[in-house]
Amino acid sequence: MNTAHPPFDPLVFGPDAQIMKGVDGLNWRLADYEARGGYRALKKIFAEKIAPDALIAEVKKSALRGRGGAGFPTGLKWSFMPRQFPGQKYVVCNSDEGEPGTFKDRDILRYNPHVVIEGMVIGAYAMGATVGYNYIHGEIWDVYERFEEALAEARAAGYLGDRILGGDFSFQLHAHHGYGAYICGEETALLESIEGKKGQPRFKPPFPASFGLYGKPTTVNNTETFAAVPWIVLNGGAAYLDLGRPNNGGTKIFSMSGDVARPGNYEVRLGTPFAALLEMAGGMRGGRRIKAVIPGGSSMPVLPGEVMMKTDMDYDSIAKAGSMLGSGAVIVMDETRCMVRCLERLSYFYFEESCGQCTPCREGTGWLYRMVHRIETGRGRTEDLDTLVSVSDNIAGRTICALGDAAAIPVKSFIQHFREEFAHHIEHKRCMVGERGAARDKAAA
Amino acid sequence: MISAQGIARIDAAIAKYPAQERQSAVMTALAVAQEEHGHLSTEVMDFVAGYLGMPPVAVYEVASFYGMYDLEKTGRYKLCVCTNLPCALSGAVEAAEHLKRTLGVEFNGTTPDGRFTLKEGECFGACGDAPVMLINNKRMASFMSPEAIDRLLAELK
Ligand SMILES: Cc1cc2nc3c(=O)[nH]c(=O)nc-3n(C[C@H](O)[C@H](O)[C@H](O)COP(=O)(O)O)c2cc1C
Ligand code: SF4
Ligand code: FES
Repeated sequence: MNTAHPPFDPLVFGPDAQIMKGVDGLNWRLADYEARGGYRALKKIFAEKIAPDALIAEVKKSALRGRGGAGFPTGLKWSFMPRQFPGQKYVVCNSDEGEPGTFKDRDILRYNPHVVIEGMVIGAYAMGATVGYNYIHGEIWDVYERFEEALAEARAAGYLGDRILGGDFSFQLHAHHGYGAYICGEETALLESIEGKKGQPRFKPPFPASFGLYGKPTTVNNTETFAAVPWIVLNGGAAYLDLGRPNNGGTKIFSMSGDVARPGNYEVRLGTPFAALLEMAGGMRGGRRIKAVIPGGSSMPVLPGEVMMKTDMDYDSIAKAGSMLGSGAVIVMDETRCMVRCLERLSYFYFEESCGQCTPCREGTGWLYRMVHRIETGRGRTEDLDTLVSVSDNIAGRTICALGDAAAIPVKSFIQHFREEFAHHIEHKRCMVGERGAARDKAAA
Repeated sequence: MISAQGIARIDAAIAKYPAQERQSAVMTALAVAQEEHGHLSTEVMDFVAGYLGMPPVAVYEVASFYGMYDLEKTGRYKLCVCTNLPCALSGAVEAAEHLKRTLGVEFNGTTPDGRFTLKEGECFGACGDAPVMLINNKRMASFMSPEAIDRLLAELK
């Protein structure tokens, strides 16, 4: 799949890996998955006639929280689906991974696609849905093709389709590919997109559990969330909870990017110290000092490196430290990085990806980007910092979807923690760190 | 307007959705159309609208909303390089500069021989492989150091 070879082995997922256990990059086919114990959870459900309610109770007990960003308890979400609804119900997998820094769903899908299929079949059975879709990010075309192949294998083996494993339950699962719109990761935009429309988020309520795909009850979960389900069914909710921490069950795949020696995906128990995770990723690149970390994808607050070095990687610990675990995308920045420049790039992203429906988001993201750009290029004014904060406050909470908040959060947190860098840029019209500042000094001399 | 093979791919997409929801196949239909025609002209979008029973304007809306559709002609190879922060921290800015210098174009520019169009992309969900580049929407090229870029460009005739 790659045109160039990585400078390191990208397939080291960690000793505690559950979802990626035994995965070596080549063994993605059905026979390999079965050899690893795959589809045993599904067989167990049918052999032991486990009732849907009992499955949902088990998932609740596991304290599995949604891996797509919000960390919502999965069992609770599943219980919102109307039990006795007479018509069609849907389950949808969100593989539209586009949150900057997140690249775990791509690895799950290309290296272990059947674990997602098995998780979705189990979810569909638990919620009484007979049709499902997996929405795959447009830029990873080869992953979409591989998933189609895996679906064909599962159908041929009787794990998917009519009368699964010869029983009464039928479930049709299809892949849908995106075509380059970050906002389609938002679950209602994603549903609009499957319906063949522009991917613009819907007003909520109603929530997808009552009005989802084609107006029918629908549950949307992240790829990694579904991938965790077979293990829970086989080993029990309590065992899954034990892998992590109370209220933070299981393992989590963290996508490590930025200034680390070995960027890549690492699956660890929730509650693992950040320092240990950093070590798995080979430590800081070039042995430089850590300055800042965004622990959960670009929409989450940045934290100073020294705070992260004392923080554990679980939902509650990161919240206590002042950020959020989000999608598990850990973006690491070292001492040579200019925080103004980093924020400028993120602000451009939200400006570019706003769907334009809400005025505060459409106008506000442009305003934020232009102001940060002005500061970066040495044309900032002292009052800009306060204006940035007040514009951010005016976007957050006033929009249809959370992209507005996502644009405001980096701005506020970068200024909160690295205000002196912004002030220096404004006052001296140049950077106080890094090669850029040095280069400009040289040019000026 | 679209080859028999292309129509078969569109029909396979239509079959994934409820019978009355042919519109759900519009993203696949436009992707197929773009693969065959290089970009999406009004005529080809009107054809898709007719085939799926959609108002043409609904098809135009979809085509202009999603970033990977091209409404304008591009070079034979559309090179899209991700410059978002995680990639930028691992050499994406240098990769983009190298591409601009080698090809002699800025972002959104096409080389005079019509071979390459250069674009700036947002996160592909492949940041661990940075710098990454997407060729004609389908082929992801990973770890694009300047040397790897030179090798790749030589291969794309
Ligand atoms: C702007 C925006 C982008 C999002 N992108 C993604 C995404 O790429 N993948 C994902 O699973 N969830 C994404 N989400 C969250 C989804 O709306 C939804 O909460 C999630 O898919 C639910 O799955 P979970 O409960 O398993 O986490 C995004 C939300 C917003 C507001
Ligand atoms: S907040 Fe932004 S992205 Fe979300 S619906 Fe409003 S305009 Fe669209
Ligand atoms: S930031 Fe470039 S692929 Fe994610």
